[in-house]
Amino acid sequence: MKHTLRQVFHSSKFLVGFIIFLLILLTIWIYPFFNPGNPLEMIGVGTFARPGSYVSLYDALNTSTETLRLADADDKRLDKLLSDTDRISMLDWFDSAGVDVGDLDIEDTDTLLDLWFANYSSDLKPAGMTNAKRNYYKRLNNSLMQVRAADTLTITDVDEATGDPVTKGTVTKTDYVNIGQVANVKRLPLGTDNFGRDVLKELVSATGTSIIIGLIAGVVATLIGLTLGLLAGYVGGLADDIIMFITNIFTVIPSFVLLILISYSIGQEQRGASVVAIVIGFTSWTWTARSVRSQVISLRNRDHVNLSKLSGHSLVRIIATDILPYIASYVVMAFILQVSSGILSEAQLSLLGLGPKTTVTPTLGLMMNWAMLYSAHTNGSWWAYFPVILTITLISFSLNLMNTGLDQVFNPTLRD
Amino acid sequence: MSEARERRDYTDGPLCLSGRNVTKVFGLGEKKTVAVDHVDFDFHEGEFVSIVGESGSGKTTLSKMLLGLLNSSEGEIFFEGKPRDISTGRRKREYWKGIQAIFQDPFSSFNVFHKIDSVLLDCINMRGGRSLSREKKIELMTEACSFVNLKFAELTNKYPFELSGGQMQRLMIARIFLLKPRILLADEPTSMVDACSRATILDMLLDLRDETGMTIIFITHDIGLAYYISDTVYIMEHGRFVESGRADTVILNPKAAYTKRLISDVPKIHEEWDLSTVDLKAE
Repeated sequence: MKHTLRQVFHSSKFLVGFIIFLLILLTIWIYPFFNPGNPLEMIGVGTFARPGSYVSLYDALNTSTETLRLADADDKRLDKLLSDTDRISMLDWFDSAGVDVGDLDIEDTDTLLDLWFANYSSDLKPAGMTNAKRNYYKRLNNSLMQVRAADTLTITDVDEATGDPVTKGTVTKTDYVNIGQVANVKRLPLGTDNFGRDVLKELVSATGTSIIIGLIAGVVATLIGLTLGLLAGYVGGLADDIIMFITNIFTVIPSFVLLILISYSIGQEQRGASVVAIVIGFTSWTWTARSVRSQVISLRNRDHVNLSKLSGHSLVRIIATDILPYIASYVVMAFILQVSSGILSEAQLSLLGLGPKTTVTPTLGLMMNWAMLYSAHTNGSWWAYFPVILTITLISFSLNLMNTGLDQVFNPTLRD
Repeated sequence: MSEARERRDYTDGPLCLSGRNVTKVFGLGEKKTVAVDHVDFDFHEGEFVSIVGESGSGKTTLSKMLLGLLNSSEGEIFFEGKPRDISTGRRKREYWKGIQAIFQDPFSSFNVFHKIDSVLLDCINMRGGRSLSREKKIELMTEACSFVNLKFAELTNKYPFELSGGQMQRLMIARIFLLKPRILLADEPTSMVDACSRATILDMLLDLRDETGMTIIFITHDIGLAYYISDTVYIMEHGRFVESGRADTVILNPKAAYTKRLISDVPKIHEEWDLSTVDLKAE
């Protein structure tokens, strides 16, 4: 046993897969300590906030400032303000207003702005330009003016009695606050989803749920497959015929169709994560049953089984001590694959809207389902679905790598 | 083999295992193979019987049927004069107290997950010694091991695969020594071990027979070996017994062509090997 384990951990493939899987498990365990709370809490009001650090503007204004004179501050401000589309739009305006710009490089911010302020006028109505487009240029002009405007921004309050603005304070371009001193900074490394939930927190929790679903499905499928395979293979005869008849029926009906039909008939209310896991397990045992059966058939005529029979051991004892230990490594490998395919099945099922109840626990499949329903893939909110895909891939990859590693240890002919 | 061994005649003792029209057919229709074809046999108590034949002649199938590991398609087997009844698990277990086996390949005969102790303890339990004290059990195991020239103290807590092939086969005999069945079926027990161990193992089998009056059914492809050790010889070809009788009679005056061929195929040290009987066209 000890020797086998050492051999298994000597296989680099198994080790890499094991470490990846262990890291995923560690993350699931440790992350909630750093970011506790309900993973389904809707912290954002809007949908799909970009990944990044969010600094409370209110708190930042109330934080004591330091003055830093940075030479390239203005340029950076401009670069942030002027996107490539804005620059191209400006060229379009010059074009329709009939301003000759020669061969202007749009990356050359200074020349572009000089030309703009020299020529732009909101009164000008170039032919063929829509009102909306003209309003867009007005807004663009205003924001550009701000950059060139005075160095100070005044914050005012309204006097309750008179309704006159009262100066509360000023902010200059050289005022900086230390982000560590701002009371409220929220880091959202993966932004928020369509409900304004923290994607990273949800993802970690969903990974945990999905792995549990995979494990339950794997245990159910392996137990059913193992029991039927052992009985069919060892007892043989009529029992074998009946069991293989049932197994073949389940094999020819695509298990995914069965999965969809069962999930649909259970109904949304009854579909908890564990129910879905058990349903997945009940539809995916055929492969294990068939392969266990064939392994047992080749084992049952071995001399050590005959010797055990001659020693008067019972059927249960022979199966448990003379057959099962010999196929244990094989069963472990089949179990790993069942876990992996259980996780994938849950994702597929949830993507179709037939996964676990949506309001209780997040799962990887459900996250993808919501991302799809809110068109995350068409509006460019990659953070709502890409990390989920990556996580599913990583789990599957690590499990399959472990399986391949085990395969190479237990079938020496496959070793390279 | 000890030369001083007394050659008693066991061939007319009471019958312990006999069969009439025993047949085994595998498959159906086109693929039908008759492995054992209507054979009759009578084994007496204390007799050393050899069943000789080349590979594929149905020796092992017959031995599995004798052991009750395989059902016969036709015919009947009699155990101690009465028709054998092994229809239920309980009756089978009872039957196996009277008949035991040593298999051809010692390397695959043991469960690699069980220690040697548990193999031997199983035998003690089967003989109804479950309630014996630990010391008594160890004493029994030590006695069995010393019968086959093994030291129990060195074997305890070891796994069977840590032994050599010859040692494993001797451990098998120690198992039989503990069980003391009426009949021992040895299916080519010496084919996987070296010549030196072979003599030891055969010697031990004969000792076992002399001590307990056990019937030994020895299955082999080596007619020379069968001649030296057995009282009775059955020659098997394509599932049939072509010749049977006392070892001296059959081998010194063979009647069937197949027996003659088997005898001439035995390599002899001081003569040129006669290969003229080998039908090359049939190969």
